[in-house]
Amino acid sequence: MNEIFASSALLGTVLSLLCYYIGAKIKTRAKTAIANPLLISVILVIVFLSLFRIDYASYQASAKYISWFLTPATVALAVPLYEQLERLRRNLAAVVIGVGMGTFSGILTIFLLSKLFGLEKAEFVTLLPKSVTTAIGIAVSEELGGYPSLTAAAIVITGILGNVCAEGACRVFRITEPVAKGLAIGTASHAIGTSKAMEIGKTEGAMSSLALVLSGIITVAGASIITNIY
Amino acid sequence: MKYLRGFGIILCLSAAGEILRRFIPLPVPGSIYGLALLFVLLRLKLVKLDEVKAPSGFLIEIMPVMFIPAAVGLMDRVDEVSGFIVPIMVIVVVSTFVVLVVSGLSSQAVIRRRRDE
Repeated sequence: MNEIFASSALLGTVLSLLCYYIGAKIKTRAKTAIANPLLISVILVIVFLSLFRIDYASYQASAKYISWFLTPATVALAVPLYEQLERLRRNLAAVVIGVGMGTFSGILTIFLLSKLFGLEKAEFVTLLPKSVTTAIGIAVSEELGGYPSLTAAAIVITGILGNVCAEGACRVFRITEPVAKGLAIGTASHAIGTSKAMEIGKTEGAMSSLALVLSGIITVAGASIITNIY
Repeated sequence: MKYLRGFGIILCLSAAGEILRRFIPLPVPGSIYGLALLFVLLRLKLVKLDEVKAPSGFLIEIMPVMFIPAAVGLMDRVDEVSGFIVPIMVIVVVSTFVVLVVSGLSSQAVIRRRRDE
């Protein structure tokens, strides 16, 4: 089984897609935030791999091609952004303030909690870019002397957390404006959150894509400054 | 021909983004440059919305599936983080909610104030 997976260019992709499809089906039946297709599919894949004793490396070898589409899919986010251009113009102040304050509060929280837990500088830097998209986050972590593979893990957990909890959190804190919702999701949980925002609505999706880009840029600029202070 | 041209445009811009990344010394992935390029081309009407709408809709719909391999990879990292799993989880969970709430409420306040004026 392990070898079949390792030598296939498709099995891992098929398994991922199938598990996601099952997750999406469960979601339409269950209608709760915990029934999140991404979370369900990740758990299903892990269960499948452990059951048939397939290594992650073998699965990864046959699933990596689906991840390869991440670059064109991110480029494609320009389309909803362009379609929502008018709305973006009207809400420029909200975009700048929302993403700016959100990113800043995130950096500050990580700074304070890292101090509280007595983390070393390298560990702090590892967690610092956890709210931005993987490629930016890993680059920032690497450049400032963190552990990139751990950063990647923190980024994925953040994204799934945003994907699963964003709707509930918005409800609890009465964030009801579609623009504000999208900005919140994109700033907090990058592309994985954005894929959720896209499901909620067009405006939410476009604002989330915008926030993902902006918060990434702010983090790149701010990370080196705050690291010098730590 | 609903997809060929549009998908081709998106792939070309993805490649252009990766090339740009080599020349611009910032920790920004090529996909972000590609996104910016496509946005500018749409604005300049050099790329028409109709051309890229169908393929981009498809890519965005299947986007969550692309994150599954990376997320499943967490199962291999459990040993690596076992030493400082508690601080990591606390920091990740708390900061994610702080960012979500701060950016959501502050942007909502701006939107509502402008509407009242």
